[in-house]
This record gives sequence, structure tokens and C-alpha cells, in this order.
Amino acid sequence: MLEDGESRRRLIETVAQAVIDHAEELTALDQAIGDGDHGVNMKRGAEAVLADLDSLAEKSLPEALKSIGMALVMKVGGASGPLYGTFFMTLGKSLPETPATADTLAAFEEALEAVMARGKSHPGQKTMLDVLAPALETLKAEPKASPGLCAAVAEAAKATIPMRAERGRASFLGERSIGHMDPGARSSALMIDTVSKALEASAK
Amino acid sequence: MSEDKVGIVIVSHSPEVARGTADMVRQMVGDEVPLAWCGGDPDGGLGTSVETILGAIDQAWTNAGVAILVDLGGAETNSEMAVEMQPDERRGRIAICNAPIVEGAVIAATEASGGAPLEVVRRTAEELSPA
Repeated sequence: MLEDGESRRRLIETVAQAVIDHAEELTALDQAIGDGDHGVNMKRGAEAVLADLDSLAEKSLPEALKSIGMALVMKVGGASGPLYGTFFMTLGKSLPETPATADTLAAFEEALEAVMARGKSHPGQKTMLDVLAPALETLKAEPKASPGLCAAVAEAAKATIPMRAERGRASFLGERSIGHMDPGARSSALMIDTVSKALEASAK
Repeated sequence: MSEDKVGIVIVSHSPEVARGTADMVRQMVGDEVPLAWCGGDPDGGLGTSVETILGAIDQAWTNAGVAILVDLGGAETNSEMAVEMQPDERRGRIAICNAPIVEGAVIAATEASGGAPLEVVRRTAEELSPA
């Protein structure tokens, strides 16, 4: 699906729009355990990506991913800007222009490790990594967009609710961070879910 | 260029905190240290922005390098990102100090004004006492 600019354009637009549509939900989650700006920040990043849609569609897949990452770094603010920016930029640096399945898995793994390094974190600390890591495991078992992947990331985001935050602003709350879904885990699940459904629909 | 002094960059979520910290540095240490501050997200709310941190590093840059003082998590992550985006010849001459922003900035600037190299500026800020 991602071989031509028009389909890449549609996918980027769909994901950015999903983030914008869920901005209030992300903000509400962040108000519970963070500083309440995750929705606004991610929306600003998504809008920056949408503003650049024409030029993104003309780029190859890796170049488009790098540009998306740079837009997120510059526009999102907060810690999620560099974290998501690093994820997309690393994907772009790692992927060849027409990736085979193994290339995609390897690029996802590199991007996950880059986010871990940037955030000095690892899965289990109530962060976006608690969705990205299980997503990679699910993809390794069944390397394609699938309802199974969507279910896995939704489940993984839910699994952050009983976790105690050990990184980011939420970690200041200690025990009080327990009982709330991590906003970064939710935004990661949202994007993976949206990408997966869009790829599935276009494959039909 | 051996007379260059280490520059100081202050990165806070709040522009008022950043500017206030810079005012304290200026009053206590004087004008001989290159100093820049930034704060606020790209829309002007509380937060930090890689773009403005890049600008502040440029503003405070000297060949002796730059010491960055940050407040909370996102300020550090965004500063690290900004450092990585620097050209190779600059990257090794920027230190993000693990110190409280106000006290660290004043101590770092005091040390820098005496001509101390970057590593000493950083260590002194982190220990919060003059070398």
C-alpha cells in the first residue's frame, strides 16, 4: 500500500487526523497523572504534519518518516516531541525504500531501542514503551496489520492502568499514578491501531 | 580564541522562570559570560521547545562550549535532542548539568566567568560549590 505517494499521503492524513480527534481524551489522561498537555502537544504535532502533507507525499517512505519525526521534534514540545520524533526518525533511517517484512521488523526494533535510549527507560515503567514493546512482539509472531495487533496494543495500553509510573512527570505521583492509563501508551496504541486498520482496509 | 568563556543556557518550562534565573545570573555574576535563556512550548504555553533551545545554544555559543541548565524532565529530553542536532564539532562541547536550575546557573556562570573549562563548570554546578 505504501509504494505510491497517494496512499502514503492518505495514511499520514488518517493517522494525524486520529491524533487530532483524540486530543481531548489524551489531555484528560494526562491531567490525571501528568501535566495535562499531551493532547494539545500531540495535536500541534499532527497539525504540523498535515500542513506538510503535499511535500511528505512526494518523498520516499524513509524520507517522509524522517520529516515527520523532525516535525514532531520541533513542534510537539514536552518530552513526547523528542520521543515520538526519535521513533519516526529512526524508522526512516532504518527502512529501505521498499521494505520487506524483515526490514520492517528490524526498523521497528531499532526505533524502539532509540526511544528507550532517549527516554532512559524500559518497558514496565508506565510509558509508551509498554505499548511499543508488546506491539513489536506481536508483529514478530504475525508480521502484518491485523485485528490481533489492534487488540494487543489496546490490551497493552490498558495494562498500564495498574502500573506505577517510574519515568516522566507521572513518576512524581508515586503510588497515586496507579489506576490511570498512561497517556503516552494510549497515544501509541491509537496510532498503531489506526495504521493497522488503514493498511488492512487497503489490502482488501 | 583562548579567552572564550563557557556560555550558559537556561531552559525552563516557564519563560518567567528562565528569564528570572537569567536576571539573577546577570546581577550576581555580571555580563562577561555569554548567557541565553528559553522557556515555553511552541504555542507560548508552559513547556520546552527544541527549536528555541537550538536558538539559545547559538546565542550563547563560544569555542569554550556551553553549559545547559534545565528544570524538569521534558526540558532535559528536549535539550538532549537539541544537542544531538548540533554539528559534530560542537556536540562534544555542550554539557547538560544535573543541577537545580537557579542555583546551578548562578554557580556555573560564576565558574565560567573565571575562565574555567566546560568540565569544571559542569562539575561545580553539579556539586553546587565553587571548585
